[in-house]
Amino acid sequence: MSDTTMTAVPSTRRRSGSTGDLIFAGLCRGAGLFVLLLLGAIIATLFIGGLPAFREFGVGFLWSSAWNPVEGRENYGALVPVLGTIITSILAILLGVPVAFGIAFFLTELAPPWLRQPVGTAIELLAAVPSIIFGMWGLFVLVPFVQSYIQLPFGETLGAIPLIGAIFESKNFAGTSIFAASLVLAIMILPFIAATMRDVFNQVPPVYKESAYALGATRWEVMKGVVLPYTRISVVGGVMLGLGRALGETMAVTFVIGNANRIATSIFDPSTTIASVVAMEFPESLMGSLKQSSLLALGFLLFAISFVVLATSRWLLRSRLK
Amino acid sequence: MNAMPVAQDRTASRALGRRRRFADQLVRALCLLATFIGLFFLVSILLTLIIRGISALDLIVFTREFEPTTYGDPTALKGGLYHAIMGTLVQTALGTAIGTPIGLLVGTYLAEYARGSALGNAVRFVSDVLLSAPSILVGLFVYQLVVLPMGAFSGIAGAAALAILVIPVVVRTTEDMLQLIPNTLREAVVGLGAPKWKMITLVCWRAALSGIVTGILLATARITGETAPLLLTSFGNNITSFDLSSAMASLPIAIYQQANSGFPDLIEIAWAGALIVTFGVLFINIIARLLLRGRT
Repeated sequence: MSDTTMTAVPSTRRRSGSTGDLIFAGLCRGAGLFVLLLLGAIIATLFIGGLPAFREFGVGFLWSSAWNPVEGRENYGALVPVLGTIITSILAILLGVPVAFGIAFFLTELAPPWLRQPVGTAIELLAAVPSIIFGMWGLFVLVPFVQSYIQLPFGETLGAIPLIGAIFESKNFAGTSIFAASLVLAIMILPFIAATMRDVFNQVPPVYKESAYALGATRWEVMKGVVLPYTRISVVGGVMLGLGRALGETMAVTFVIGNANRIATSIFDPSTTIASVVAMEFPESLMGSLKQSSLLALGFLLFAISFVVLATSRWLLRSRLK
Repeated sequence: MNAMPVAQDRTASRALGRRRRFADQLVRALCLLATFIGLFFLVSILLTLIIRGISALDLIVFTREFEPTTYGDPTALKGGLYHAIMGTLVQTALGTAIGTPIGLLVGTYLAEYARGSALGNAVRFVSDVLLSAPSILVGLFVYQLVVLPMGAFSGIAGAAALAILVIPVVVRTTEDMLQLIPNTLREAVVGLGAPKWKMITLVCWRAALSGIVTGILLATARITGETAPLLLTSFGNNITSFDLSSAMASLPIAIYQQANSGFPDLIEIAWAGALIVTFGVLFINIIARLLLRGRT
């Protein structure tokens, strides 16, 4: 090896290394910017697509319950799907959160260690089941069950209560209803909320729990007095994550909600959600029609709602993410 | 004088102890019940799929394409799902192939270049929002961007929508896995004089390989079962088509259409399809988990 190679090699290496570095860093940064751009483009596209509907109907689009595709008398409003989306999601949270909490408590404090991994994995696999499968199972298994074992007894017993009784009484005999949709949604978001809660419960420093146990506290008292207060912000974040998932769930809801553009007076009435009305009507709507624009406007509203919920969730979970 | 309060005290504290123990046992029982409820739904779904799917699962499902219902005409040929299986394979493979490199680069950017930077935090935030954002909106987006200008539903639009769904999953796992690598390893590589890009591609990616592959597998599993975005992009097709510029069938869409057809024989085929999709997805998921367990 002569002197020339000794001096030449390091300098070319450094140069090729720095060009390589520049290109690679540029690629990575470009990909990062692409993701930012993607979100911006989704928002912009939905808004621009929905613009003709916003122009045609004005702010009244938000609280009009019309859905009339007859040519010449076309009139669309967002009220029914928006209400349906919010009601099913909130009901799903009410049904799902207690069960998710129970699972998380069981997996972190109660279950023997050998049982934690298999049960935890099984619950996580529930999250991997495709949405359409929940829909089919919901339609062919859950809906008949809800109809004969929940809707009828509830309607007979709770329907007699004055004022709120009407919520449980329904003349809908198809079985597909807001309640069926909420139940399917609750099952679908269960694993997400349970997994988040389990992870945050596991982050509580053992010393805190041990000192409470040393004072004679029971497991439930430790959960109530130490673990929950310590993790409450993240727990709310996990619930918000579940809510965000429930808001945009499409196929499962489409199967079981009945897809009727009516304001439901009972939880056993059929209704519709933003995602399911888009899935049902968009593929068949004419390109560039007012209907298509109204559906895009609905999509924009859904994006706005879920963005706020998911952003809040992530903000609440920020301590966990670090 | 003294005996009474003590006795009262003792009975009171016993009652309190009983109450506390009762509350504890009640909550424990309820938690056990909650876990059973969760597992019950998983088992119920899987059993339903197996019972209804197995009876309809035969060679025809894998080898023949869609036929109209044979209801009322027993001599007619039974249809299958070959067209849908092929469509799903093509679109899933393309979606993964397009989405993975982008997701990998973004994850690398977050873990290696943008730790603590404002831009990095923004990208991480947006990627996390996209991870849970409604997938049907991605379908609407691609419809406006690809289907509308092309004037028709197309397989490439379906693959594009799936690619967008792949990105955030790969970003999340790639960043997490790269952050597990100790900095001493990076310092050792740089100390040998290697440029940063070689450190990342030859050492960090390799060290995090099983984790990154897990992410890609999870992303693939997720898009295999996606229905909503495909409804607005590749739409579905009753014949086998490999033409990316026209409508393309997919397994979830075929299940959706046949399950809602009202014909018992088509619903049976839908159950067979549901069985294939679910066990395919769960199989990929389990492989992904095993891969990760071997690592840690």
